Amino acid sequence: MNKNLGYFTNGLIKENPTLRLVLGTCPTLAVTTAAINGIGMGISATIVLVCSNLAISLLRNIIPDKVRIPAFITIIAGFVSVVQMLVKAFLPSIDKALGIYLPLIVVNCIILARAEMFASKNPVLPSVLDGLGMGIGFTAVLTLMGAIRELFGAGTLFSLPVTSEFISPMIIFLLPPGGFFVFGMLVAASNAIAKRSGKKPVEHLGCASCPSRGICESANITEKEEAAENE
Amino acid sequence: MKDILTAASSPHILHPDTTRGIMSDVVIALAPAAVYGCILFGWQAAAVLAVCIITAVASEFLWNLALKKPQSVGDISAVVTGLLLGMNLPASIPLWQAAIGSVAAIIVVKQMFGGIGCNFANPAIAARIILLVSFPGSMTKFTEPVSDIVTSATPLAAESGTYTLKSLFFGMHPGSIGETSAFLLIVGGIYLLLRRVISPVIPLCFIGTVAVLSLISGEDLAVSLFGGGLMIGAIFMATDYTTSPTTALGKAVFGIGCGIITFVIRKFGALPEGVSYSILLMNILVPYINRYTLSKPFGFIKPSKEETANG
Repeated sequence: MNKNLGYFTNGLIKENPTLRLVLGTCPTLAVTTAAINGIGMGISATIVLVCSNLAISLLRNIIPDKVRIPAFITIIAGFVSVVQMLVKAFLPSIDKALGIYLPLIVVNCIILARAEMFASKNPVLPSVLDGLGMGIGFTAVLTLMGAIRELFGAGTLFSLPVTSEFISPMIIFLLPPGGFFVFGMLVAASNAIAKRSGKKPVEHLGCASCPSRGICESANITEKEEAAENE
Repeated sequence: MKDILTAASSPHILHPDTTRGIMSDVVIALAPAAVYGCILFGWQAAAVLAVCIITAVASEFLWNLALKKPQSVGDISAVVTGLLLGMNLPASIPLWQAAIGSVAAIIVVKQMFGGIGCNFANPAIAARIILLVSFPGSMTKFTEPVSDIVTSATPLAAESGTYTLKSLFFGMHPGSIGETSAFLLIVGGIYLLLRRVISPVIPLCFIGTVAVLSLISGEDLAVSLFGGGLMIGAIFMATDYTTSPTTALGKAVFGIGCGIITFVIRKFGALPEGVSYSILLMNILVPYINRYTLSKPFGFIKPSKEETANG
């Protein structure tokens, strides 16, 4: 049971997908102009992540190795379509705010990375817990970023006025430069915290962690070279 | 006797120029235009300049203190950044916004990238753009000189013929605190040239390109040259050592690029003024300009093709 709990908490802090693995940067920067958008995006991605991890873990012995990426994408796309239709039907305002980024969860690299690195190699329960932990970690960071950008950029928090009535907000926080700035500050803060608690900061993860290393020629070349060197 | 026999490592010949000396020269060169801006726009302008300089110096001091770095306030570069930023702001800007600009210039643009000599963009320019994007309302509200009448149009946005050549050249028109008087800025520039602090290549190429393009396209030449931030930008901000190319050819490319971007933004863009954006964009290109305009070492012989192929 303890090990299972470890799979779950792994994604929350130690391997937080956005701040520690630096995955899913595109939706992170694009949708976090308001805290509520961060929650919406995070929960949608979490649902897809848990479902796709579950399905891929179940099918891990059936999917042929050579076509696994298309197979993963097909499974993920199926769940994204379901989530997209549900959001459109029941939460139209979130659908409008997230726009194209909701269907683009299909190519969210967190989901593909977890499918490739974890779900395709592990049994069902750990895969689901891993998906849930990663998803919640992603949601937490998106919400935090959305809250920071909304507070400074619009003076509101979850659309409730905080400082907007007496200070004119800095619009730059709602624009792409502000997004990159807040993201950089959060990564720096998480690195500083990790350093204090004795963990390594984010470094170049290399080909070994890349979800497409199986089909990438240059990755294979470097692996072969390394193997030759080791001999 | 002991002094003579002490063997120190190179360099053995020291030039009397110091960062502090150069920065003091820049402050002296900027002073007339800044004082004139205070006369033109009143105590508000003086307050904006004071807040910008004090916040910039305080930010640098506190950053060094917090990160336990050697104290660099003494080189006066923070004073120059604060003064330049203040001169690029309208006099009516709320003081806390001016202070945010100074903090952004020193902490975000300069110190986070490694302090003096390591910043990728001119701190004052970047901070001005941060403020322009963040507070478009207060950054485009200019006052008429020697009165409190608020107007939104600098000569660049006003109808042509509103201002005479004389009022444009000597600065009797709305604008940022320090950008209005082309005459005093040019005087400051000549002082810097005589003191050998800046080279004339960037300002001449920058201003010349804008002048030529304005003439060709039939713009009002006096307004293009003296009506906006071209003079302060070309003389004082584009010539920043850290963010401009090192060779004369590179400087020419840099200046012409700034001129073209300024003209294109003014003529075709949605903004009336493009000097700050043009300098920022060219700042980012400086490493590439430097790489392609390397000067040839003395006695350099170009290797023949065969040698390159074999080597």
